Parts: sequence; structure tokens; C-alpha cells
Amino acid sequence: MRNILLRGGRVVDPSQDLDSRLDLLISDGTIAEIAESIEAGSDVREIDLGGAVVAPGLVDMHVHLRDPGREDEETIASGSEAAVHGGVTALAAMPNTEPAIDTPSWVEYVRTRSHLIDVHPIAAITVGRRGETLTEMAELAAAGAVAFSDDGSPVASARVMRRALEYADMVGRPVVSHCEDLDLVGDGVANEGLASTISGLRPSPAAAEDVAVARDVILAGATGARVHIAHVSTRGSVQIVRRAKADGIRVTCETCPHYFALTDDAVRSYDTSLRINPPLRSEEDVAAIRTGLADGTIDAIASDHAPHSLEEKQVEFDAAPPGAIGLETLLPVTITHLVETGVIGLARAIELLSASPARILRIEGGTLARGARADVTVFDPARSWTLERAWFRSKSKNSPFIGATLLGRVAITISKGRIVFEEGPAPEGAPDNAHEERAADVGELPLRA
Amino acid sequence: MRWTAKHLLGLEGLSREEILTILDTAMIFREILDRPVKKVPTLRGITIVNLFFEPSTRTRMSFELAEKRLSADTLNFSASTSSLKKGETLRDTARNIEAMKVDMVVMRHPSPGAPHFLTRHLGASIVNAGDGAHEHPTQALLDLYTMRERVGDLASKRVTIVGDILHSRVVRSNVWGLRALGAEVTLAGPSTLMPAEAERLGVTVTHDLDEAIEDADIVNILRIQRERQEGSFLPSLREYTKLFGVDASRLPRMKDDVVIMHPGPINRGVEISPGVADGDRSVILQQVTNGVAVRMAVIYLLSRVLSSERAGETEMLEEVAL
Repeated sequence: MRNILLRGGRVVDPSQDLDSRLDLLISDGTIAEIAESIEAGSDVREIDLGGAVVAPGLVDMHVHLRDPGREDEETIASGSEAAVHGGVTALAAMPNTEPAIDTPSWVEYVRTRSHLIDVHPIAAITVGRRGETLTEMAELAAAGAVAFSDDGSPVASARVMRRALEYADMVGRPVVSHCEDLDLVGDGVANEGLASTISGLRPSPAAAEDVAVARDVILAGATGARVHIAHVSTRGSVQIVRRAKADGIRVTCETCPHYFALTDDAVRSYDTSLRINPPLRSEEDVAAIRTGLADGTIDAIASDHAPHSLEEKQVEFDAAPPGAIGLETLLPVTITHLVETGVIGLARAIELLSASPARILRIEGGTLARGARADVTVFDPARSWTLERAWFRSKSKNSPFIGATLLGRVAITISKGRIVFEEGPAPEGAPDNAHEERAADVGELPLRA
Repeated sequence: MRWTAKHLLGLEGLSREEILTILDTAMIFREILDRPVKKVPTLRGITIVNLFFEPSTRTRMSFELAEKRLSADTLNFSASTSSLKKGETLRDTARNIEAMKVDMVVMRHPSPGAPHFLTRHLGASIVNAGDGAHEHPTQALLDLYTMRERVGDLASKRVTIVGDILHSRVVRSNVWGLRALGAEVTLAGPSTLMPAEAERLGVTVTHDLDEAIEDADIVNILRIQRERQEGSFLPSLREYTKLFGVDASRLPRMKDDVVIMHPGPINRGVEISPGVADGDRSVILQQVTNGVAVRMAVIYLLSRVLSSERAGETEMLEEVAL
């Protein structure tokens, strides 16, 4: 296998507490050496980074790939292309497909379909995601399920959730809980507050999330099992998780870029790309999410990438299915709204996007330590650019950030020692290795437009 | 002041001058309605579709009448959204209407923002005739017209709106319009039917009807939907009537010259007693008459913008042929 020498990058790796200008050599698919100056041996492709950031490949722990069932919206293949375009080298795929991922053969299907990156299946908590009978978690785990979740639908029964937590913990996997009390949500489509009052959109209260988070945290405490709270969006959730952690309860949680970058005020435009579950929240909630990210209450940033076709989203706001794509904008939205604004430093951002989710799911990735598998993301944190619809590689384009000016852009993504994405004009339908060949001819990469 | 907007989607954001332009124009049309021949040729050749996705009798009739009085060609499209869900999308419906070369669409829809959605897919002018719990601008305009007819300038006048504030598009449009004209607004209703952070709209919120009506110059009473009991919003209509119904026993607490309004249709004996609805302080039927004039004004002003947009500055409709 060919070797790659990344020369003169700013290597930021929170797993080793590293942030300095170093060379990094990838050999035989692993990180071979990190040093101030590395001699280029033979059969090495040398890339001069000119100060661009070299980070562990991003790990997105919450992705909907729609495969099997809605291959018109996304497939494991197209989702993987989108992932590497966003610097993501490992992702966890949610099981709310058609059919749901609730058997070992479907876990196997999801786990083995991507030739670009690691796609880690999350299997359903209950058969058919119906909230009634537990799935065969031991067998699903053995087939490669890294966690269990009925995401998209909360587990309504506290009794079922209690048993799920106990059983999943026995097989060494966390339960990822979608926390919403649907009885309280009712027919709500927008956060209850001034924006829902003015827009007339049916309100969904923050309390619908808070009470569900409180229930699952209490159950985790009572059973001693591990729970991971998905897409935390409210101030109440952050407070509950913070207190639970202080009490020693085994709880982790994630938030998504739209919950720290956007407020519910945006839905007054009735733009259906802003119809998301849980809904975009108030300014006070956004402030609490940012604090939680900075003080360690929130453990990870995940995209909740939820592709929907144009036809499905080109309808009235309350008729649109919830969800927005986010795999490709995970890094720039984080840099723009957390790092540039001074909420957190770049190292903490990278930790939230790589090492921390990898640790929660106990999967490979999130480090540039010598000997580790070479999953690497190279990006220019200072590059300012305008997000256009045509830029996306996802099959779906339902992003709330189209038209936004963002900071930071991925230039190179390396998965298992292979360059799987490299910025540059890619001709349609080119084979994967064409990227490498073409870049070799160009020499130095134009990291700044 | 010259009216320049192509659509009327709501009263939010409209200036005092813009609202007064509509109301002053309506005054001219109101006079026509008392003539023996209640028709002017102003909108000859203009085609208007009344696109109603929700049952409505009076609003649709009022618009249709306004259109006919202006000599526009009108057609009605009524559909329940449930049948639409199985078939055509709103966008496809809109594109089909566009293909029929329609100039203006008057739209009633249960989804908030549905008319805004339509503006992104249609070249025609859109008049919002009610979108979910969002806005119902022509209802508020006819309310404002009727209030001004009775009490003159609305600056510093006290207006109390009573009832199911949460689900009411009439309230939202009224609040924007009344605030623009300088009135002081009080919203009164049960705590379960009050939208979140309503105070931030610049109004006073209360759950005590007697307190709310005491100093009011105008009391606008909303219809209460009987199905509100099902969503746990109310224990019973009986208790609602006791707490928020306006009947003769409340009259002594109010100003002698208070103006009683209701957007209709009324539930006699529930939110308003027959005696109050039919009493000498009630202007409920004047509201209905004024509604036609206000809608004529809105359609006329929008059509003028539309024709100047199409033909440059054409003089065709510059003069109201009175």
C-alpha cells in the first residue's frame, strides 16, 4: 500500500493532548509517525498542508441512511460519499429503516455495505421499533450492533425502557434514547414559545423532552445501566443530565449543530428544512446547549442526518416529515457557531466530533496515536465559503444552512490509510482511485480559494 | 399613501399608514354597497379563484360578493385536505391554477404558512383568508373598520378580546392591526387557551373577564369550539360560559357605550348570550356588511399592483370607476 506524508499541518488530537505544527506519516493504513520533520521515504505521496488542521477522522454517532427502504432519499453508498465529503470516517446508522434493523442479517447488511468508511449499525431496541418486545440484543451485538435505539420513536413504556437498559447493559451496549413524551408533544410541530405563538404553528413544549430525559436518567440510575440521550435540545435536558452525571449515573448525551446554531425564531419563515424533531428551541435553550458543550455536560456533537426527498419537503410546514441533513456540514457549522464565537476551542470541538463519540460507542477511531488506524480529516478552519445546494453529495438536499456563510472546510479525508475525499473538481462517475491519481499530478493542494 | 404589496398574507409588519390606506379605500366601497346598483366595472377581465381547503361559509361568501361587486370573474375551489392528502399536493394544485391564467388567489387553509408557501410557487397575488392559527387579515381589517366607525381614532382605545386565544388567527391579526393603530389590547381567556409568551406581543393577558371588560371601549368575543373539551383544554362548556361567557349580567360592569363584536359564527348562550348578541351595543351584523367593503378594497389594491407589475405603469385601473 502506498504511504502518505502530510507535511506541515497543525495536528490537533485531543486524545493525545496535541496541538502543534507537525508532519504525519501514514503507512500500511496506520499512523506510522508524528514528528516535527519526517523524511520522505520511497513510495510516499507527500502533501504540503501549509498549516491546515490535521485531525482524527470525524465520528458521527447519529445518522439516518434510509437504506433499506428509502433508497431514493439516501443509500449506504451515497451516505458514505456524503460522510467523507464532510470529513466523517465512521458513523453510526439508525435502525428506523423499512424494515427496521432488528435482526442479525439486517445488521450484517448495514455493516458491510460501505466500501469507503466504517458504518456501524445501531439496532432497534424493540422488534419493529414498536416499543413492545425486546430485540435479540446479544445476537445483534455479536453481528456488529454498537448500540440500541428506536430513534424516531421514543420508547413510550417506562417498563420496556427499564428492561431494555438492563438487557443492553448485559451485552455491553448503550441504549440511545430518543426522548420525547409524545402525549405532551401532541400534534405540535414547533417549539412552544413566542415563535409558535406568532406563526400559529402548533406548539410542542420543551417539557415534552425534559420529562422523557428525566425518566430515562432515573431508570439508568435505578438499574445501574448506561444510557445515551440523543439530540438534546433543551435547557431542562442539559440541567437534568448535568445533575445525573454529578450523581454518578452512567449517562452520556449528544446535541446536533442545529440546536446550537439556530433558534425557533427561524421557523417563522415556514421553511420546511427547519421542521425537525425535537423542534428548534428558544435562545435560552441554545445558550444552555452551548454551556453544556463547554462544561462537558454534553459529550458529543452528532448530525442526526435525516434525508428527505424534495417532494416530501415541498409541502406545508406541518405536513413535512421532520428532519434535516447534516453529515456534510457537521464541521463547518461547529466551527462557525462554537469555535469562531469563542464558546469552545478547536481541540474541544474535535473531541466532541471524534474521540468522544468513538468512546461512547466503543468503536475504533478518534485518535491519531501511533499505530492507530489512519482515519484522518484535513481541513482549513479559516476558509469562509457560502453553502450551495449543489455542493451536497447526499441524495437529499434538505439542509437548513443552504445560503449560509460558513467557516472551515474539509480538504482531505483519509479512511483506513486511503484518501477517500480530496477537494478538487471531481468528474462525474470517476472511480475512487482517480482522486489519488489526479491529486498526485496537481501537487500542492489549493487549500485557500 | 400608495399601496405597493402584491400579497396580503397578514397584518404583521404592516404600518399604520398601510392599514389606513386599506380602511380609507374600503370607505369608498362601503358607500357603493348602499346604492341601488351595487356593482362597479373596476376589475373587469380579472380572474380570482377562491381556494378553500377548510369549510367556510361567511368568509367565502363575503369574498365572492366582493369580487362580483368589482366585476371580476370568480371561481370557487373547495376541498377537504384529507382528500388532498391522498392525491394532489398543494404545490400541484397551485401550479394547475397558475396554468389556468388566474390573476389572484384567495386562500383558506388549515396549515399556518400555506399561503406563504403558495407565493413561492405562483405568480398570482395571494390573499390569506385564514391559515391555521396564524392570521386572518381581512377579518381583522373589517374589525378595525367597524371599530373606527364607532369610536373614531383607535389610538389609546382599550380593546379586549375574549375567548380561545390559542387557536385563533383572528386574534393574531387583530393584535398586529390594533397595535399598529395605537390601541391598548387585553387578551382574556382560560390559561389553557392562552398561547405561550402572549405578553410579548405587547398586550395585557388576564384570566379574569370582569377585570378585562371593566374599562374596555370595545369587547371582541371569539367563538369557542365545542371540541376543545377533548384536548383537555376545558372541563366543560358550562364552566367556560360561567367564567368567560358575556351575558346581560356583565353589562353593568362595562362602559355604557362599549362596543360588542364577534367574528361569527356565534354559539348563542355559550360565549355570548342572545340578549348581548342582539342588543344595541352589538355591531355583529355591521361587521358582516363592512367585511364586503374591506375585501373589495383589498382585492382592488392588490389588483392595481398586479397590473402595474405586468404592464408597467398602466393607467387601466388607476381610477376607480365610481
